[in-house]
Amino acid sequence: MEKLGELGFSEEQGDLLEVAMNFCRGRSPIETVRGLLTDERGYDPAVWKEIGEMGWLSIAIPESYGGVGLSLAEVVPVAEAMGRYLLNSPFVSTTLTAQALLNGATEDQKQAWLPRLAAGEAATLAVLEAGGDWDLGAPACQAAPAGDGVVLSGQKRFVADASDAALIIVSVTHEGGPALLLLEPGDWPEGALRRETVVDETRRSYELTLDGITVPAARLMPDGQAAATLAHVQLCTNLLSAADMAGANLALIDYTLDYLRTRTQFGKPIGAYQALKHPMVDAYVLYEQARSHVYSAAHCFDRQGEGEVATRMAKVSALEAYSRAGDRSIQFHGGFGFTYDCDAQLHRRRAIWHGAQSGDEAHHKRVLAELLLG
Amino acid sequence: MSAVDQKELAEFSAAAEAWFAENTVKDPGFRLPLTFMEVGTDQQFEFLRDWQNKVWEAGYLGAAWPKAYGGGGLDPEFQKAATAAMRKHDAPIMLNAIGLNWTGPMLLDIGTEEQKSQYLKGILSAEDIWCQGFSEPENGSDLGNAQTRAVRDGDEYVITGSKIWTTQGNYAKYMILLARTNPDAPRKYDGLSFFLAPMRVPGVETMPIRKLTGEYGFTQTFFDGARIPAKGLMGQEGQGWTFAMQLLEYERGVRGGQAGGYIITEQNAFDVVDLARRVKRGGRPAIEDPVLKDKLVDFIIEIQSNALCRQRLAVPPLNQEKPFGIPLASKLMTTEFARRINEFAVSLTGVDGGYYVGDPNAVDDGLWTRAYLNAFSATIGGGTSQIQRNIVAEHALGLPKG
Ligand SMILES: Cc1cc2nc3c(=O)[nH]c(=O)nc-3n(C[C@H](O)[C@H](O)[C@H](O)COP(=O)(O)OP(=O)(O)OC[C@H]3O[C@@H](n4cnc5c(N)ncnc54)[C@H](O)[C@@H]3O)c2cc1C
Repeated sequence: MEKLGELGFSEEQGDLLEVAMNFCRGRSPIETVRGLLTDERGYDPAVWKEIGEMGWLSIAIPESYGGVGLSLAEVVPVAEAMGRYLLNSPFVSTTLTAQALLNGATEDQKQAWLPRLAAGEAATLAVLEAGGDWDLGAPACQAAPAGDGVVLSGQKRFVADASDAALIIVSVTHEGGPALLLLEPGDWPEGALRRETVVDETRRSYELTLDGITVPAARLMPDGQAAATLAHVQLCTNLLSAADMAGANLALIDYTLDYLRTRTQFGKPIGAYQALKHPMVDAYVLYEQARSHVYSAAHCFDRQGEGEVATRMAKVSALEAYSRAGDRSIQFHGGFGFTYDCDAQLHRRRAIWHGAQSGDEAHHKRVLAELLLG
Repeated sequence: MSAVDQKELAEFSAAAEAWFAENTVKDPGFRLPLTFMEVGTDQQFEFLRDWQNKVWEAGYLGAAWPKAYGGGGLDPEFQKAATAAMRKHDAPIMLNAIGLNWTGPMLLDIGTEEQKSQYLKGILSAEDIWCQGFSEPENGSDLGNAQTRAVRDGDEYVITGSKIWTTQGNYAKYMILLARTNPDAPRKYDGLSFFLAPMRVPGVETMPIRKLTGEYGFTQTFFDGARIPAKGLMGQEGQGWTFAMQLLEYERGVRGGQAGGYIITEQNAFDVVDLARRVKRGGRPAIEDPVLKDKLVDFIIEIQSNALCRQRLAVPPLNQEKPFGIPLASKLMTTEFARRINEFAVSLTGVDGGYYVGDPNAVDDGLWTRAYLNAFSATIGGGTSQIQRNIVAEHALGLPKG
């Protein structure tokens, strides 16, 4: 495969980028982000309501299901803006759940759920498990026949924003292969959700114990499609994760530059020393490259082959850039960089989270090697 | 600007494609330079001069420069299409780089009518080759400290001193020359002036310098009381630094107006992939080695990064935060990449990396080793990578000077 995608930018992307940046700047100043770190919910319900009212959850949902009928390419600038201002909400998990429904649900399931998600109800995916594997194709969780329905067993991890979700799509093994099914509040008993302590403290994430949960067969999405749907949502996750990191990366660079301009030692601003100046330029170049990859991936996302290559490249590039910049930012803040108060830690932790959630550089490069070099 | 007639543009583009398909010579029987800094033999020089002239006559160079000065008078989109056709057919480079890409655009922007009429057409036709006399033996990165003297004497300036690393110095008819008219200026920068200087006058001598590859390509230029016409002074005495900085903006692509074509062939990561399929490790194609594969993927991602950043420049909403960032960083990005990927290619050739150009056993005629060594031309020339980092830091990121 020697054809790589190109960069493109639509008018809708431009409009959304501007509006979303303004909105996030206004709603998510750093004091607010810091304040929410210790909040149980982790986001401001009023802001979440506004996000719904502005229609951002309906961007990539077809008009026939109550959406706007654009694509993930137009979600990317919104995700980038949320990253830039570290604005947390169930936006990404809900968007990804809608993608899973679109890709693999029955018509009835789509009709039932997509309009609700488009209107701003939160939803999430439960696809990760113990063992740390990014291969989602063989869930250890099981769905076994029980009367008219199925009974579930096993445990899901890293279920984002689960406490407020009106819908959780869970991956299980059913009749020997992967399957997806829809859970609603009330399906799981009290205590089935445990809030996890996670590296990125702006996030809320839960462990979900499935043992004994019984649901009717109508909750299953068609089995044959599950593997493809899982692969699709994983790619969507990586696209939005790369966009989030590209957004946050610039905030991080500006935050660090600010310190380098104002902190003085030996009678000069420390940014005048090339031992700091040159690595900052290298970090900045990596950031610009990453942002270019993100908008190329957004533009090419729906193309067979090219879309996957562009998305994995974007993830590698964005993760590498953001991780390096965060690492150097801690160092370049000196003793202050070692403190909880320095924002460098928020960013460095955020990058670790993104690598862990949906694949690090080595993982995606291994897949790219197969796709590009055979 | 009036809207471009898309039909006309498409026809022009198709004609250019056909022309380059028919006229591009891939193998003239000797090695074609990959950059304008590698023109080392008269044979290469003559070939490339004829080639540039032919492209210009066909209307595919300077298509967007005014007709009055030998250009095509068309919208820049037309030249872009012609350059794309050139690239597609791997056509040889344009020779007269310093004229086409930096002196010409600057004259178009701020030259006098007389200067435009006198110089621009010869730049396009390759009849008049230009060189750049900025660096000196003692003053390179610290260009503002240049000491070559220019002393006014009636209608002339008398030039004394030496310039070095002058690309195509031995072929050039003209030089853009940075010289000191006032050694007593309080700021070193304010004593400099900028000249359009003839090279073929008494008192100017060039001496070829051998490059690390063993070939030739640049000279040291000596001025021993050489007399040049005073009307070659750009603007006023003391404005030399301002003009030199403006010129570097054309050179680094921050400002537009270039005549078109390319002066450096681009590295293609997939050529190195192809090499990795041909060379062996443990009896198997090297490309099956997972470690080498991983490195190849890195290079492919990076070459794509650079291509996408270039494309992004055409999307203003995606360049709002740091508008000078990518333009100022692009030299650093692309030249350092070229150096590293060629270095990797040399290591891919394994035992045969021990051969050099000229040995019949050398892989691809020693292309990779020479390309690696030549890659430093761009990481040093035009401002070193270290200086580029200072520039990006100070002008795009707002960090203080050291
Ligand atoms: C192939 C080639 C073609 C060239 N063509 C031309 C030409 O046509 N016309 C022309 O005028 N010049 C030309 N040059 C010259 C080129 O512009 C200079 O070589 C370059 O600017 C560096 O100057 P220098 O050689 O004096 O090195 P120096 O300035 O002495 O640098 C030596 C080392 O110190 C580093 N350094 C210097 N100052 C700093 C600083 N402030 N911070 C950090 N590091 C620093 C440099 O990066 C370099 O690594 C060419 C050079 C090459 C290699």
